[in-house]
Amino acid sequence: MAVKRDRVPVREQDPKVRATNFEEVCLGYNEEEAVAEAERCLNCKKPMCVSGCPVNINIPAFIEQVKNRDFEKAAQIIAESSSLPAVCGRVCPQETQCEGKCILGIKGEPVAIGKLERFVADWAREHNIEPVPAKEKKGKKVAVIGSGPAGLTCAGDLAKMGYDVKIFEALHQAGGVLVYGIPEFRLPKDEVVAHEVENVKKLGVEIETNVIVGKTVTIDELLNEEGFDAVFIGSGAGLPKFMGIPGEQANGVFSANEFLTRNNLMKAFREDHDTPIYRGRKVAVVGGGNVAMDAARTALRLGAETHIVYRRSEAELPARVEEVHHAKEEGINFHLLTNPTEILVDDNGWVKGIRCIKMELGEPDASGRRRPIAVPGSEYEIEVDAVIMSLGTSPNPLISSTTEGLEVNKWKCIVADENNGATTKEGVYAGGDAVTGAATVILAMGAGKAAAAGIDEYLSK
Amino acid sequence: MYKILKAELLADKIYLMDVEAPRVAKSCQPGQFVIVKIDDAGERIPLTICDYDAEAGTVTIVFQCVGESTYRMADLKAGDAFEDFTGPLGCPSEWINEDIEELKKKKMLFVAGGVGTAPVYPQVKWLHDHGIDADVIIGAKTKDLIILEKEMEAVAGNLYVTTDDGSYKHKGMVTSVVEELVEAGKQYDQCIAIGPVIMMKFTCLLTKKLGIPTIVSMNPIMVDGTGMCGACRLTVGGEVKFACVDGPEFDGHLVDFDQAMKRQQMYKTEEGRALLRYQEGKTHHGGCGMCGGDE
Ligand SMILES: Cc1cc2nc3c(=O)[nH]c(=O)nc-3n(C[C@H](O)[C@H](O)[C@H](O)COP(=O)(O)OP(=O)(O)OC[C@H]3O[C@@H](n4cnc5c(N)ncnc54)[C@H](O)[C@@H]3O)c2cc1C
Ligand SMILES: Cc1cc2nc3c(=O)[nH]c(=O)nc-3n(C[C@H](O)[C@H](O)[C@H](O)COP(=O)(O)OP(=O)(O)OC[C@H]3O[C@@H](n4cnc5c(N)ncnc54)[C@H](O)[C@@H]3O)c2cc1C
Ligand code: SF4
Ligand code: SF4
Ligand code: FES
Repeated sequence: MAVKRDRVPVREQDPKVRATNFEEVCLGYNEEEAVAEAERCLNCKKPMCVSGCPVNINIPAFIEQVKNRDFEKAAQIIAESSSLPAVCGRVCPQETQCEGKCILGIKGEPVAIGKLERFVADWAREHNIEPVPAKEKKGKKVAVIGSGPAGLTCAGDLAKMGYDVKIFEALHQAGGVLVYGIPEFRLPKDEVVAHEVENVKKLGVEIETNVIVGKTVTIDELLNEEGFDAVFIGSGAGLPKFMGIPGEQANGVFSANEFLTRNNLMKAFREDHDTPIYRGRKVAVVGGGNVAMDAARTALRLGAETHIVYRRSEAELPARVEEVHHAKEEGINFHLLTNPTEILVDDNGWVKGIRCIKMELGEPDASGRRRPIAVPGSEYEIEVDAVIMSLGTSPNPLISSTTEGLEVNKWKCIVADENNGATTKEGVYAGGDAVTGAATVILAMGAGKAAAAGIDEYLSK
Repeated sequence: MYKILKAELLADKIYLMDVEAPRVAKSCQPGQFVIVKIDDAGERIPLTICDYDAEAGTVTIVFQCVGESTYRMADLKAGDAFEDFTGPLGCPSEWINEDIEELKKKKMLFVAGGVGTAPVYPQVKWLHDHGIDADVIIGAKTKDLIILEKEMEAVAGNLYVTTDDGSYKHKGMVTSVVEELVEAGKQYDQCIAIGPVIMMKFTCLLTKKLGIPTIVSMNPIMVDGTGMCGACRLTVGGEVKFACVDGPEFDGHLVDFDQAMKRQQMYKTEEGRALLRYQEGKTHHGGCGMCGGDE
């Protein structure tokens, strides 16, 4: 019988210390803590948590194995549904997904499902539990475009079924947003991401980097000349938005993607790497999502006093609660209900400040969130020397514009069947941010899984 | 790994390399560029494609040493390899898709400044291969910095070479040659100017006055080269464009050159320090008052 008590707290690096380094903030559970937390789970007959997980991990079953200290079995149960548990356990918005539905959450704190999943995945890695490649080959080839969570999942699933799979990645390193966007202090690159990529390779998947589909080779060439029987597009939503306000072209204004890519993928924070980064002394980050929190906490770690400027109130912040909490602990200043109207530029073309206007919340808009309205006459200036725009991203038209017969909607998202990933072009499937616009890791994985099943059905006909 | 088959010094601090990259060689066209990365610690460096051989699977690049990364590249020899070499990036020159008969009627003038001669070469060669002879002006500060003169001569209609200091052939800037040609009665329907931003700016000011449509190839700071970071943004005709996916070639009469020049300065001090560290190695202690030392 489960015991009613509070959630086992997770150990974290001290905020003062971690604000100056890029090591992981959350240290995770050890064995004792994991087992103690697992014991809180009621092993519900109709587990609500499972319905909150986009890939329906059998949560009570794996937690049961943690209680029994059979971590290998727990890892196998998770692996039936997810191929990137060490990633999801760290970055899923659990409070709105699995944990948001947990029955214990009604009266108290839900089971720390994400932290348990992370523990199991880390344990499996440390104990070298490896995936097993398919025994029988199907003799058919599938090309996967993009090596983010959608592409990796689709490729892994197809390889397990016996297909010959090759991933084509535009950048020089595999992982998508997991390597260029989400920072080291939330998701360690060598330890976690590279290991998950290696696991996919161990299933027999080949990865060719430096291939930009649509430029280096087209989808039609892959199908007609290189002998692929089907293609999955998991190219993400990487195109950054800007606000279109005066001063945005000044030196010192960056998209969050540029700032994070320089730091994460190119490792600009390390002296022994060549790529430069402009650190800034006082940095304003515009936006309120995970990306904004990551950019702000990165700027802070590079030594800047950091301010987040967001036009709605705290309740509407789209970022994960844990990230907002961590950002505050580390000393990031929040300017809520505030919107930039102009970036102030000095004579040499460098940022010297940002002019903002106060906002108040009006009636709910189409998204159901209350629409922010400017308060007349409330303009004021914040002195900063760098501004990072984190206003969201949209899919890159590189692929859709070079592929005949591939339909996109008005946001340039590829049109694909939610159930099997089928696009309007025969033999071509798609999923993840390229289809939905910027979303989450686990949704991209779910889409990759569905498309793998769709491709299998198509090629088995 | 992408093997360097040939590495050659063309002029002071200007190098040419043939690199094995079959996929790029097969699909590239004039006007496009590649991104190279030396090793794990390297930067992603954008360079225009100077020549390519689809059959041999090679791509030719020409680069000038300006900062730490390009100096590091210059140390590489035939037999060494780049860890990464990706492309082709950007859009091919627009006129490639024009009707060839229509194109044949056009008088084209290429203006190449310094290392910009390298990206001009494949365009002139492409036209030559399609039976079109274009006029070409090559300009450089001084005689020793003129590159690819022989190669260009073989594919150009008329070739005019000029040096700022008059140490070789014509004396004066490329713009003065354009003026003289037009004054002598030459008529041009299209100008393509590639070189330092300042040179492209003044060429465009002149051709605008002369009424010659002009295309330029922009070289802003880049990171990914695939439209993901926005570092390469420029203002063209009042609109924001990403040079790596919308360009790198643009209508020169619409480009905001002054803004582009300011944006190129972004990492000047940071890079200056990196270069000093690289050139002086462990012996660099700062203290010269110029770079702030290695804090
Ligand atoms: C900074 C940041 C923080 C985030 N934080 C979280 C979080 O905490 N939790 C969460 O759940 N989600 C988070 N997200 C969102 C999440 O990372 C994405 O939703 C997810 O990565 C989408 O996966 P994907 O596979 O569809 O695309 P991506 O991860 O974007 O991968 C696409 C890959 O395709 C490659 N590619 C693109 N075009 C081509 C081409 N033409 N040819 C070849 N390859 C190509 C790209 O280089 C890239 O590697 C965050 C995103 C960012 C940017
Ligand atoms: C599409 C494109 C095509 C290019 N093609 C070529 C080419 O064919 N051959 C070639 O030699 N270069 C080319 N360049 C420029 C080349 O990429 C840069 O010279 C190189 O990145 C500089 O790297 P670095 O580390 O050695 O110098 P850095 O240390 O980065 O730069 C040193 C200083 O030079 C400035 N700088 C950077 N780029 C330029 C530039 N293009 N002109 C003047 N100053 C600059 C920087 O602001 C910096 O302050 C191209 C650039 C682009 C975007
Ligand atoms: S994958 Fe994400 S949503 Fe599903 S159980 Fe794990 S943490 Fe929860
Ligand atoms: S809903 Fe909560 S208590 Fe019930 S099985 Fe899921 S995690 Fe356990
Ligand atoms: S270089 Fe990143 S968008 Fe152009």
